[in-house]
Amino acid sequence: MRLSLGRWLLPLYVVLAFVFLLTPIVHTIVFSFNDSVRTNIHWNGFTLDNWANVCNAQGVCEAFGASIAVALTATLIATVLGTLLAIALGRYRFRGRRAATLLLFLPMATPEVVLGAGLAAQFLAARIEKGFWTVVIAHALFCLSFVVVTVKARIASLDPALEEAGRDLYGSPVQVFLRVTLPLLAPGIVAAALLSFALSFDDFIITRFNNGALTTFPVWVYTAAARGIPAEANVIASAVFILAIVVVVAVQTTNAARRKRWRPAR
Amino acid sequence: MAFAAFGPAALAERATPATLRKSWVAVALLAPGLAYLALFFVTPLVSLLVTSLNQPVLYGDVGQYEPALRVENYWTAIEHYWPHFLRAFVYALIATIVALAISYPVAYFIGVTARRWPFVQALALTLVIAPFFISFLLRTLAWKQILADDTPLVQFLKSIALIPPDGHVVGTDFSVVFGLVYNFIPFMTLPIYASLERLDTRYLEAGSDLYARPATVFWKVTLPLSLPGVVSGTLLTFIPAAGDFINASDTFLGSSRTQMVGNVIEANFLVLMNYPIAAALSVLLMGVILVLVGVYIRRSGTEDLV
Repeated sequence: MRLSLGRWLLPLYVVLAFVFLLTPIVHTIVFSFNDSVRTNIHWNGFTLDNWANVCNAQGVCEAFGASIAVALTATLIATVLGTLLAIALGRYRFRGRRAATLLLFLPMATPEVVLGAGLAAQFLAARIEKGFWTVVIAHALFCLSFVVVTVKARIASLDPALEEAGRDLYGSPVQVFLRVTLPLLAPGIVAAALLSFALSFDDFIITRFNNGALTTFPVWVYTAAARGIPAEANVIASAVFILAIVVVVAVQTTNAARRKRWRPAR
Repeated sequence: MAFAAFGPAALAERATPATLRKSWVAVALLAPGLAYLALFFVTPLVSLLVTSLNQPVLYGDVGQYEPALRVENYWTAIEHYWPHFLRAFVYALIATIVALAISYPVAYFIGVTARRWPFVQALALTLVIAPFFISFLLRTLAWKQILADDTPLVQFLKSIALIPPDGHVVGTDFSVVFGLVYNFIPFMTLPIYASLERLDTRYLEAGSDLYARPATVFWKVTLPLSLPGVVSGTLLTFIPAAGDFINASDTFLGSSRTQMVGNVIEANFLVLMNYPIAAALSVLLMGVILVLVGVYIRRSGTEDLV
């Protein structure tokens, strides 16, 4: 018999860790309801005004829109290129495969500040004006490696027999890919796209070096931080947070339902 | 599946079937992605290297440089900014160790203890990644407000004399490391969880059947089996922490005395327009990190990770 203290130690530790993890999130959400005067530092009472008039803070909604546009474009590029790379690495043996894997690992091992400064130096040397597309290029770059890793993990967990069965049934390579491989990879691709979107939407460090005149939401927050963040920023961050949690819960629920349905096959 | 992104690649690798098919298909699949990396990853690194050797244009404006082979830029960078380098690596190292100490038990709880309760497991995983979904900058500013001098928490710490009456929390080494730990903790927890989740608990039972004490089972069985996760987690925490400039910035949790190498790269590049020094600092940072990562992966015996 173990001491009951020992049994409760781990759950207690975990609860404390979660308190630590969630404290600033709760703080951010609570202060989105603050009836703040100019800066949103002290609690002045509850109001829904910030939520009702989010766009009152100058430029915050435009910045939010810019972030969405950048994240969608960068996610599209990274997901397409990354999925193709992952299929090549996961399903084919070829010379230079290790070198290609290493090249894909390197961007993840490079600090963002170096990626950002490198791209900025390149745009400077090529006299390319910084703006929407330079930010998209930078975001798609760091999302690419994460897409490859996520999709590759999905490929590794697939049973190759399923594709063989498709070929045995006289499916052409294209048919097998479109009707067998792609549907099986879909959950991995969706997960990779969601991850890319989240990474791009919240990125500040690389963006800081390559945004030019484009103001994304994090850039807006950074600029506003010097003089005090208005509560409207908390509203946008809280809304994004709640939406993201809803998406994660929905994905987990459908996955659980699917697993239940497919149990005999596993 | 999203969590798989943080899982050790070594584990993903195991089931790769050796299908040998027409290699031109592989080339066609690889070409666009590799071209992208060549254009926007390799070329920028070369640009950095070239820029780091530039010299100012004689009688030119601020920010005007011309190609040269000025190796002195590196000496200038080291001479001026070695304390920032040192701070970045010490902060990142402490933050990585603290994050590991917080994350391992949490990952163990989610991946092993909570296996019997899928709902608890799913809930706990969602809570671990929750910080990802609230803006990085805003959650850091939230800590700045929570740790400000006049808040209940800091008043309490002062009343129990953990902080001197005239002391501050924000703007110190402590608050910067605190911010780094907080911001990168999910990167530590998820890979460790990913390897513990696959842990076969029969190995643990076998250990205790052979009369090993729980501590021995942990050090000899559990930890070695989760090592790939620990290695990826420490890398995914250490690298972004060493290059970070948000937490140490004086608008956020730092002060002029906590500036890290990221801060001086940012200042030199974007404010002072001293591109050669910013580039030299970047090259040095990347070089040191690559050497450290290489040695670390080799010594921990997890080379397949890459």
